[in-house]
Amino acid sequence: MKKNTLLEETASQTAGPYVHIGCVPNFAGLQTVTKTDLGNSLNIDAFGGQEITIQGKVYDGDGASVLDALIEIWQADGFGIYPRGNTDIAMPSNAYTGWGRCASNLETGEFIFKTIKPGKVIFNQDQYQAPHITFWIVARGINIGLQTRMYFAEEAEANKTDPVLSSIKDQSRVQTLIAEKTSNGNYRFDIHLQGAQETIFFDF
Amino acid sequence: MKRKDEMPNRFLPREKHSHPLAYFPDYKSSIKRSPQKELLKFPTTPSEESGPVFSPSIIGELDNNLILNHADDGKSAIGQRLLVFGTVRDQHGRPIPDTLIEVWQANAGGRYRHKNETYLAALDPNFGGCGRMMTDANGNYEFHTIMPGAYPWPNGPNSWRPAHIHFSLFGEAFAQRLITQMYFEGDPLIGLCPIVAAIQDEKAVERLIAPLVMEKTVPMDCLAYRFDVVLRGREQTLFENRPEGL
Ligand SMILES: [Fe+3]
Repeated sequence: MKKNTLLEETASQTAGPYVHIGCVPNFAGLQTVTKTDLGNSLNIDAFGGQEITIQGKVYDGDGASVLDALIEIWQADGFGIYPRGNTDIAMPSNAYTGWGRCASNLETGEFIFKTIKPGKVIFNQDQYQAPHITFWIVARGINIGLQTRMYFAEEAEANKTDPVLSSIKDQSRVQTLIAEKTSNGNYRFDIHLQGAQETIFFDF
Repeated sequence: MKRKDEMPNRFLPREKHSHPLAYFPDYKSSIKRSPQKELLKFPTTPSEESGPVFSPSIIGELDNNLILNHADDGKSAIGQRLLVFGTVRDQHGRPIPDTLIEVWQANAGGRYRHKNETYLAALDPNFGGCGRMMTDANGNYEFHTIMPGAYPWPNGPNSWRPAHIHFSLFGEAFAQRLITQMYFEGDPLIGLCPIVAAIQDEKAVERLIAPLVMEKTVPMDCLAYRFDVVLRGREQTLFENRPEGL
């Protein structure tokens, strides 16, 4: 087999404190390029699955909430199918998008997503992953975007056999990936960049 | 996703040396905002091998022209006029078509149009600092803007950012999601910047520095800088017999 010479990846750099200008310009007070910010809505109405709300904050090593974070989520629909699938659904359209983007509130640090509960996602021919949502976090001081996942407490059976969760050596940390159900359909998922509760971040 | 050859390929692991250290005390904000525990290494799954697809219909006519997209009729942004262009590829050198690029930057005086911005440089009423575009069928992109100014920032007693443009890229899968910064050839501040220095590999730093490309300059209009981007590639085992690769 011929060995390829690979190009080297372009380095990541911090998004900085003014990421809003480029990624959520309306949030930054700029209506320059569009009237709504991309990722504002996941178009959940188009799907009709189980609607859920996810709220949370990002905390730094001092336990202070990060006020300049930008959070993106990527998830499968209620059937466990990623919107792109093999069908190349372009966004925005009438379809559920699976992708959301939210800036932390500049005063409180709170972020919020209205989405639907994802189904189990294929892992390989004979194995599924427990329902989960992929999170990607950038902010000033974060040199390379942080990737993690949110899982659901009520999916205990599926979580037990999830290939990613079960690969975690220190099982006491698994709870950092499990959202707290605050009421029916409402979840809290706080992300801790450091400290005793440091969230498990992934090198996928 | 029933047959194996319809499953997307895994991505190659990220090249650690090409990226900045997460914890780099010279860049003060990284001290309390970098994970201290080891990241969980796991091969990509379909969750990372897929990603959002954006329709070209989201892009407006002036979205890739920062000189004009925030300017009053008949006006334009103040500053050295630039054309920034390049190609987005994966590690195998394959162009990535139809992918969204978002850019943002300070104005010619080094000031951002943002609520939290306190720098004393003046705002330019005709400059917003925000733009976006999709790569074409060959992975190429270009946008018009003005040369951003260097600006001071609260890191050390006298810290200045080199002139830079922030880039956000999606690629074709969430595993490729990247935010980076483009710098300009010849800027003496690059070597003094701890955000740049968090990248340990000098070659990786060089790749963030866009060269002036005289052939692409427009006479009596604008200078041109090239910034090519390489996103992670997929493992190629399943498709090695196909002429086009994946
Ligand atoms: Fe900046």
